[in-house]
Formats: sequence, C-alpha cells, structure tokens
Amino acid sequence: MSRPATLATARRVLWQIRRDPRTIALLLAVPTGLLVLLYFLFEGQPRTFQKIGAPLCGLFPFIVMFLVTSIAMLRERTTGTLERLMSLPVARADILFGYGLAFGLLAALQALIVCTVGFAILGLDAAHGAWLVGLLAIANALLGMALGLFVSAFARTEFQAVQFMPALVLPQILLCGLFVPRPQMAPWLHAISWLMPLTYAYDALARATAPAPLDGAMAADVLAVIAFTLASLAAGALTLRRRTP
Amino acid sequence: MQDLVVQRGGREVIHGLSLTVARGTVTGLLGPSGCGKSTLMRAIVGVQVVAAGRVTVLGEPAGTPRLRRRVGYVTQAPSVYSDLSIAENLRYFAAVLGVSRARVAQTIRTVGLHGREDQVVGSLSGGERSRVSLASALLGAPELLVLDEPTVGLDPVLRAELWASFRELARAGATLLISSHVMDEARECDSLLLMREGALLEHLTPQQLRRRTGREDLGQAFLAIIERSQREAAPGA
Repeated sequence: MSRPATLATARRVLWQIRRDPRTIALLLAVPTGLLVLLYFLFEGQPRTFQKIGAPLCGLFPFIVMFLVTSIAMLRERTTGTLERLMSLPVARADILFGYGLAFGLLAALQALIVCTVGFAILGLDAAHGAWLVGLLAIANALLGMALGLFVSAFARTEFQAVQFMPALVLPQILLCGLFVPRPQMAPWLHAISWLMPLTYAYDALARATAPAPLDGAMAADVLAVIAFTLASLAAGALTLRRRTP
Repeated sequence: MQDLVVQRGGREVIHGLSLTVARGTVTGLLGPSGCGKSTLMRAIVGVQVVAAGRVTVLGEPAGTPRLRRRVGYVTQAPSVYSDLSIAENLRYFAAVLGVSRARVAQTIRTVGLHGREDQVVGSLSGGERSRVSLASALLGAPELLVLDEPTVGLDPVLRAELWASFRELARAGATLLISSHVMDEARECDSLLLMREGALLEHLTPQQLRRRTGREDLGQAFLAIIERSQREAAPGA
C-alpha cells in the first residue's frame, strides 16, 4: 500500500462525483428532507420524533453510502477499470482506503448538514452532544461503504445492485430497534438482530441521543461497528481479485 | 509460454498452447473473433485464471507484482473513467504508476488528443475513448505492451499514425503484442501468430505467410491457412 496511490484514488473518486452534481445534491439534501418530513409527520408527538429522528440522523449515511458504493464498485468491475487497476502496481488496500477516504469525507458533509438541521433547527436533543452523533454517522457511513463494496461482487448489473438495498438494508432497519424495541420482538427475530451490524450502529446512536449516562455498552456497540466494518473490508478485499476466470 | 490451458465459462478455450515472442518486436495476434485472442492476452498480463501451463513474461512468471510496472495492457473495451476528463484519467493512472505530469502531456500527444485534455471521456467518440485507454497504458513506458484490438473504430489516417508510433516504440526496445482482425495491419508486424479455436495455427513473418500460401493479399493468405487447417481437422469431409 502506498500513500500517493491511496490519495490519488480518493481524489479520483471525488472528481467523478463532482461531475455528477445531481448525485451530490441528492446525497446532501435527501436525508435532511426526510428528517423534515418526519418532523411534520410527528408534529404533535415530539417524543416519537425524538426517538426516531435523533438516531436516524446517524443512520442515513449508512444507507446512502451502501447504495453509492455498491453501484460505484460495480461500475469499476463492469467497465474494466478494476481489471486495469489490478494489472497496475496498486495495492488493493489503496483502492479500499481511497474509496473510504472519499466517501468518508462525503459522509462527514452529509452528517454535518443533517445534524445541524436536526439538532439546531428541528429541536432534536443529542443528550451527549451532536458531535458524537456526527462521529457515529461517519463510522456508520464507512460501515455502509464496506458492506456495499463487498456485496457489489455479487451483482452483475446495476438493477441487481440496487435490489441489495431492500434485500440487505431494509431488514436491518426493521430489526435494529428503531421501530420496535428489540426485547419486544419474537425471540427468533431478536436472535437474528444480534447478527446484524446495523443493530449495533442504532444502539450506539440511541444511547448517544438519550439522557442516560454512557457506559461500557456504548463502547461495545462502537467496537462492534468497527469490527463489522473491518470484516466487510477484508471480505471486500478478497473480491478484488488480480486474476479472474 | 508453455502448454497453456485456459477454461472460461466451463469450456476450455485455449488447449495447450506454446509460443515465444522475441523482445523488441511487433507481433500481431490474428484470428476470428472468439478464437481465444483476448484470453491469451489476459494470461500474458496475468489477470486470467490459468488451468495449466506456464507463462513467462520478461523473465518472470506472468502476473508477478514486479511485472505490473513493466507490462502495459489495453483491454478491448476502453477501460477508463467516462465521468472524468482525458487529463484527469491520465493523471490518476500516472499517480498510481508514479510517473510525472510531463509524461501525461507527452502520452496525450502520442495518441493525438492534445488540446482536448479537459474534455470528459464520456463525450468522446468510441475511437477517441480507446485512444485514452491506450494512452493510459503508454504512461509507464512499459517494456511489454499488450494491446487488444487497439485500432478498432479508428479512421485509416489515425490507424496509420498509431501503427507508426507502435513501430517507434519497438525501435526504442519495447515488445508489442497486438491483436487485430484487420488483415492489412498484419503487414506492419515483424511476426504473426495465427490462432483458431484456442490453438496456434502458425507463427511466421508476413513474408513467410505470403510464400507459404502463394497469396499476395494477407487476408486471403490467412483464409487459405484456415481452410487448410479445417481440411486437416476433418479428413474425408
């Protein structure tokens, strides 16, 4: 792995996105728009808005980066640019960290906007500081990126890649505890939720936005998110093969 | 290359092929589409999973990390980022290879795209796109250039210019392996590899091909070789 190649890859990915202003606008505006929608939806129930809206500020980047990365990586695979890169003196880590850097920056920007609107304007409460939600949002974005990169290996077309969103992300959102507290779920659903990375991402966000003091459970959540991210990156690296059949 | 066997999609597409290409020469790889030209090239570059056999490139096993600086590869479909400009594409590959910005400008001139550096690749014609792809492979001044149909979709003038620059590169010591199905390009090569259905039919010079078949036109000469191999493959038919 070399720093110039990693930085060049990050710059290249950002340059590609820069050519697509509509994607940038969607990336930055859609999460905030959805949050505003929730605000009006729960206008008379501020506690419900707080319970759903506050953690959601940190979950949006996961969803968006999963989608963006799986499509971007699929394009690298189908247009032959990945094959070219694999025939060049570039380490797989350069590609992975290059993407991580570029999308991490975008996620930070996205989190900044949605957290500012949510916590400063719409009156959401980040009990332990909006900055903590912002940091968790970036970690979640990198988790989404790592998962998206890995699953892109299993899609042959962009049609298939977008279907991974309802197939892999939606169940995690339903089971992570955002809509139904996990202890109230059927035991087998509760058991499944333990295996899903988003469960830990949500749990950390719920703790960060609730008044109870932070304890070891928070640290365990964050470690789980990091572990899932590293495992997905490692699995993703295996799918970037130098030789293909 | 010794006894190379490659399977793709559950089918054996190269059946025990052996050949040697001399350094500093331009070798044409010719044959009907689907005969295994691209697969053979992928094996040489080291991006193809090989079932059996040995491929040695510039004294090292194909695909070893050190070769990635010494071998340039251009795929049939232009493998460049269509949402970046010509210069942005080349600057990225230059950064990966660790070559200078001056080299970027130089290769853009070689492929005749100077003055258009800031044009986005997606807005270029097919031929121009493949030239950007070619320029990316030229950046690192590789000792071996593997070019898969680099002149498809190019007009005759540009085609002649590119072949002149290929000759120039070979004179400077580079080895070029170029696949094509345009037979009049064969006369530009030092030697020819004629392939059919995953096997090597002949390895000879254009002059030898003409002499062997008694045809002046290389296209007809190649057809004659193919017809003969078909007769040999199916005796009595």
